[in-house]
Amino acid sequence: MTEASPPAELAIETQGLSKRFGHRAAVDGIDLAVPRGSVFGFLGPNGSGKTTTIRLLLGLAAATHGHIRVLGGEMPRQLATVLPNVGSLVEGPAFYPFLSGAANLRRLDSADLHASPRTRAARVDEALERVGLSHAAGKKVRAYSLGMKQRLGIAHALLRPRELLVLDEPTNGLDPQGTREVRSLVRSLSAGGTTVFVSSHLLAEVEQMCTHVGVMSVGKLVAQGTLHELRAAGKATIRLHTPDIEAAVRVLSRLGLQSELSAPPPGSYGPDGQSLVSTGPPGHEVAPETIVAALVSDGVRVRGFGVEDASLEERFVSLTGEGFDIAG
Amino acid sequence: MDAAPGPPGVSPASALPSSSWSLMASELSVLFRRLRTWAMLLALAAIPILIAAAVKLSSHPVAPGRGPPFLDRITQNGLFVGVTAMVVSVPLFLPLTVGVVAGDTIAGEANLGTLRYLLVAPAGRVRLLLIKYAAAAAFCLAATLTVAAAGALAGVALFPVGPVILLSGDTIGVGESAVRSLLIAAYIAVSLLGLSAIGLAISTFTDVPVGAMAATIVLSVVSQVADNLPQLEWLHPWLFSHYWLGFADLLRQPISWTSFSDNALLQAGYIVAAGALAYGKFTSKDVLS
Repeated sequence: MTEASPPAELAIETQGLSKRFGHRAAVDGIDLAVPRGSVFGFLGPNGSGKTTTIRLLLGLAAATHGHIRVLGGEMPRQLATVLPNVGSLVEGPAFYPFLSGAANLRRLDSADLHASPRTRAARVDEALERVGLSHAAGKKVRAYSLGMKQRLGIAHALLRPRELLVLDEPTNGLDPQGTREVRSLVRSLSAGGTTVFVSSHLLAEVEQMCTHVGVMSVGKLVAQGTLHELRAAGKATIRLHTPDIEAAVRVLSRLGLQSELSAPPPGSYGPDGQSLVSTGPPGHEVAPETIVAALVSDGVRVRGFGVEDASLEERFVSLTGEGFDIAG
Repeated sequence: MDAAPGPPGVSPASALPSSSWSLMASELSVLFRRLRTWAMLLALAAIPILIAAAVKLSSHPVAPGRGPPFLDRITQNGLFVGVTAMVVSVPLFLPLTVGVVAGDTIAGEANLGTLRYLLVAPAGRVRLLLIKYAAAAAFCLAATLTVAAAGALAGVALFPVGPVILLSGDTIGVGESAVRSLLIAAYIAVSLLGLSAIGLAISTFTDVPVGAMAATIVLSVVSQVADNLPQLEWLHPWLFSHYWLGFADLLRQPISWTSFSDNALLQAGYIVAAGALAYGKFTSKDVLS
């Protein structure tokens, strides 16, 4: 690394990344592209290979195939220069139960080659403050609740200013209040320029805090992009309210949209109309104004019209399959 | 390690030595703040105290040649309590505690899950291995010194103390005999370094610390049993326990250092071999715990 490495646009980049355990491919040829400054939601059901991918990214396990660049440095070759700028929470927090929260953080910080011992105590206090654990700093971790351990794990990731945070299921075990705090923490970190890579099996969580999403299913990255792109790739839905149902269905099918009757939304549009829900095939986009113009020119009385993006949940289910089966 | 200036927020590579000391200090504090470590040291301290108390309370004088070496001399000179206790602890008690500490080094961190956080810190795998071994070696010294110190205290408290007659027939003063005691403790601590390295190597192969501890302790027993089988005489000089009880030379005047250096050389060989095994395994290991 004698030549100045160019400021990479991608905080994390993998090519054909694979990890096999025996015959089973836990991670199967994934090409991740996590832009700098993004909050990247790494979504997937349990067992889809998220944590294994994170272990590969952090150099804990060796990839069977493929290349990894983190913050512009090749992993695991440049691990020693890359990792000090990466804060992480991998597969839940882990601490020495016989040490206090603060002592645990000091211990883990002392393992960091580049962390200054002089500022250690101050940084530990600050990190504990940030996750609201100052009052429990002197308590043995043995006596911590799951949520407190989770907070301590996040505090550990924040011991130093980081360029990248890798958080594996950060809200696991947290109550709704704690979940909200983590979300706002992630937002404030992101506002400060930190790239956040956050894995989750909870859609709502990702939808609320992420700018970008990657979806894992059975070891493969089945979708990746901005939240908006991922939504748009799903079927957009038209909701129409009109008394002229038959004419409307004719116009819509001419535009390539399939329609079906639906219950009208409560308290709307008067008594004599009916509601239609229409969807086109994925990727088939018709501008809403075109639809309305076509309806009106054919004399359909449009009393209500709306476009609904596919919910991320529908998209997620269509990508990863439904149900609680653990993949792999 | 690249010498290039690191990314912002990273202190230059010159911070390296101080932060290595910092991790070493942290390692020692984690080891010696553990209740388990104190329990083991207390148990070791109890051995000379038990011996001294038993000899003191027994009405019969100890016949020479019965019981552990030096036991018969305790009543004449309390300074022999520590030596007797060390002789008694070498075959089992010391290897037991060393096996617990050395077997726990890597596997214990893996079991807690803290290994992954140490590695992503990044602690550096080789550096972590070296520091873990250094801490295990520190425990070897602490364990033997505990036996020696508790022995000296119990001896001084319960028996007369005076000049000591060495195996060579010479007499040395109290101060000189304390030095000899410390030399024996050092000899035993060195004796246990090979076993510590073996424990460290085993520890890199598993995430179950109890398994690594048990395997290490079993190996120490196997080595001693093999050392007692005349059929395996060709093997004896290669067994890491071969010189464990060979510190009698330190009780001669002048001191014969042959067994000390033979022992140190043998232990160094085990450190290199087991260290290479630990290095090979740990630097290529997938940390999935």
